[in-house]
Amino acid sequence: MESARLVTAVWAGKTISSLSRVLGLGAGSTYPGRIMRKIDPQVLAKLSRGFSQGTVMISGTNGKTTTSNMIAHILKKSGRKLTHNKSGANLITGLTTSLVGSCNLLGNLKAEMGLFEVDEATVPLASKEIKPQIMLVTNFFRDQLDRYGELDYTASLIKRSLPNIDYQGTILLNADDPLVANLGQDVEQKVIYYGIEDEALPLTDIVQAADVKYCVHCGELYDYSTVFYGHLGKYKCNHCGNFRPKPSIFASNLEFKNITTTSFNVSTPQGDFGVTINLPGLYNVYNALGAIGCSLMLGLSLEEIKSGLESFLPAFGRMEQIEFPKNPALLILVKNPTGFNEVLRTMLIDKKPKNLLICINDNYADGEDISWLWDVDFEGLLLARNEINFAVTSGLRAGDMALRLKYAGLASEKISLDKNLKDGLERTLAMLPSGENLYILSTYTAMLEMRDIIQKKGYLKNYWED
Amino acid sequence: MKLRIAHLYPDLMSIYGDRGNILALKQRCLWRGIEVELEEISIGGQWDFNQYDLIFFGGGQDKEQKLVCHDLQEGKGERLKEAVEKGTTLLAICGGYQLLGEYYKTGTGDVLPGNGLFQARTEPGKRRMIGNVVMESQVAGQKRTLVGFENHSGRTYLSGHTVPLGKIVYGNGNNGEDKGEGAVYKNAYGTYLHGPILPKNPWFTDLLIGSALKEKYGDGTLAELDNFIEEQAHQQALSISEKKSRR
Repeated sequence: MESARLVTAVWAGKTISSLSRVLGLGAGSTYPGRIMRKIDPQVLAKLSRGFSQGTVMISGTNGKTTTSNMIAHILKKSGRKLTHNKSGANLITGLTTSLVGSCNLLGNLKAEMGLFEVDEATVPLASKEIKPQIMLVTNFFRDQLDRYGELDYTASLIKRSLPNIDYQGTILLNADDPLVANLGQDVEQKVIYYGIEDEALPLTDIVQAADVKYCVHCGELYDYSTVFYGHLGKYKCNHCGNFRPKPSIFASNLEFKNITTTSFNVSTPQGDFGVTINLPGLYNVYNALGAIGCSLMLGLSLEEIKSGLESFLPAFGRMEQIEFPKNPALLILVKNPTGFNEVLRTMLIDKKPKNLLICINDNYADGEDISWLWDVDFEGLLLARNEINFAVTSGLRAGDMALRLKYAGLASEKISLDKNLKDGLERTLAMLPSGENLYILSTYTAMLEMRDIIQKKGYLKNYWED
Repeated sequence: MKLRIAHLYPDLMSIYGDRGNILALKQRCLWRGIEVELEEISIGGQWDFNQYDLIFFGGGQDKEQKLVCHDLQEGKGERLKEAVEKGTTLLAICGGYQLLGEYYKTGTGDVLPGNGLFQARTEPGKRRMIGNVVMESQVAGQKRTLVGFENHSGRTYLSGHTVPLGKIVYGNGNNGEDKGEGAVYKNAYGTYLHGPILPKNPWFTDLLIGSALKEKYGDGTLAELDNFIEEQAHQQALSISEKKSRR
C-alpha cells in the first residue's frame, strides 16, 4: 500500500511535469511537487532516503544559489551523479519536484546524491523529511525580512532544525558570521568552520545597517578586530567571552583582479592551493569556501575542487555580460543591502564614471518591503567619489530608488525615472555615449523581465547554465 | 537658522531603512539653508532633551527593545516626556513608538514598561501584520495621505489625550481593528510606518521641520522645494496598495 502510494505520486509528478512542459504552462518547478505531496505526504522523505551518497542541504540569506551551483559543478565535473534543485524552487514543493526528474517510475533514483538549496523558513520541514548528511549555513543578513519577521527568528528556525541532521553528519558553518557560528554550539554532529584569514584586506567599518553588532549570547557590543563585510569579520565579546571560532578551512591573500575575477589561497586540513574564480567580490570568496568545505566532506580531492572552481561560471543574471551594439553591459542581481554594497564596491574596480540602470520591483520574490534600499551605502560607495554619470531608475518601485539617490545627494538632473522596464532600457541606451560601460542592477523579478526584454532584442547569448 | 536633531539609539533601533528618515530631515533642512546639528544618543548617561528641537526614535527587534527599555527607565524616558510636554517635536517609528506608550507586552510575555508619553498600550498579537499601508491624516489641517510599510505583531490601543495620526485606507495600522494608525500628542508623533516614511511623504517631513522651527523661532514657514521624485514614489506606493487590495 505504502509503496503503491509512492509510485502513484511519482507517476503523477512525472505526468504533470511533462504536461506543463509540453503545454508551456510554467510553474513546472513547484506544481508537480504539490500534487505529489497530496498523494503521498512522505514522498520527499521516501525518495531522498534513496541517495546512496546522501544529501546536502544549503541555507542562509546570501549565496545559497551560487554556492550550490558551485558544488554541483565541482561534483559533476568529477563524475558524480546528482540531483539539484533549481534556484527559486527552494520551498518544500520545489524540493519535491526536483526529485521527479531523477527517479524512475518505481521511485528508484538515478542520482547518487541530492543537493538542495533550501529557503530558511523551509529548513525545519525540509530537514525533518530529508535528514541530510551535510548542512551548510552561509550567513544571515536582513533580506526579505517582511517574510519571516526578525533575524533572530530566522536563525532560531535553523537552530532547532539541526537535530534533524544525521547524527553522524557534518554541519558546515561560516565562522565570520556570529549568528551562524553560534549554531555550532551544543550540537552532536561534527562542526566545521570556514572563514577568511586576511589581515591585509582593506578594512571596512561596521556599517550602520549591520545586522549583528551585539553578542548573540549576552547582548553586549561585539569587539571587532576586523570587519570583512556587513557583520562578517573577526569578533569577540569582552563581556561573556563569546568569540569567532577558528576556521579549519580558510582563504587568504585575496586579490580582486578585475570586475569578473578573484584570486586567493585556500587552506584546508588536507592541504593548501591557490585558485582563481570567475566571480568578483568578497561574497563570492565566501561562496567558494562553502563549496570547498562541502566538496571536501564529500570526499573530493583538492585537484578536483580547484579545477571545478576555476571552470565555474556564474548563474544567469547574477552577473551576466551583455553586448549592446554600442555598449558593453553587465546585468547584476541585487536583493539586499549587503549584496548591493558588495556590488557597488566591486564596481569601484572600474575607475570610469558609471552609467546606471537600476530596476527595483517589490513582487513577492523580490521582497515586498523595499525599505532596505535606504540601508545601501550609496553615499559612501558611489557618490563620495562623484562616480555617477547618470542613473535611470525603473521597475514597480522606480520612484523609491530615484528618491534614494536624490537623498544620497545625487543631483536631480542626473536621475531619470521610468517605471516601465522596456522604456527604462530604451531611455538608458539613448543616453549612453558610445563605447561606455552600462551597469544594470536589478531585483529578482525585474532581472527576469529585463533579461527577457534584452533577449527579445537579440543581445543575449548565454542561456541557463546547468 | 539651525535645528538640533537628536537620533535616539541609532545603533540599536535602526531597522527597515530608518536612516532614510534622518536623511530626509537633514536634506530637506539643508536644501532650504537651515543648518542641522545631528547628535546620536544611545545607552548610558543622562540627557537634557530640552536642548534639541527635533527627536527621532527608530524601530528595532525585541532583544534591542529590552536594552533600550531599561535605559529609558534610568531617567531618559522621563526627560523625553518633559521635553514633549514643553513642545519639542518628536517622531517615533514602530519599536520606538511602542516604547513611548504605557507598556509593550512582547510575544513571549515580557512586559516592557514605557514612559507613557503616549497614552497607549501594546498587546502581543499572534498574526504578524506585514504589508503596504496607506492612511489619511488630518494633522496638517487638511486631508493628506501617508504611505509606508508595516511589520509588527504588537497591537497598540490608544486612550485619553492620545489620538491616532491617521485613518487606515489599506493595511492594518495600530491594531488591525479600529482603523487607527499611529499616535499624536502635542508635537509628538508615533507610527508603525517604515518604508521609510519621511522621504516619500515630504509633506509630513516638512510638518515636523516646520513644527520644530515654530517652537524655536516662532515661525514655521518653509520655502517650497521641488518634490517631483518624492511625488512619483508616493504615487507608486499608492497605486501598488490599490492594486493589491483589489486582488
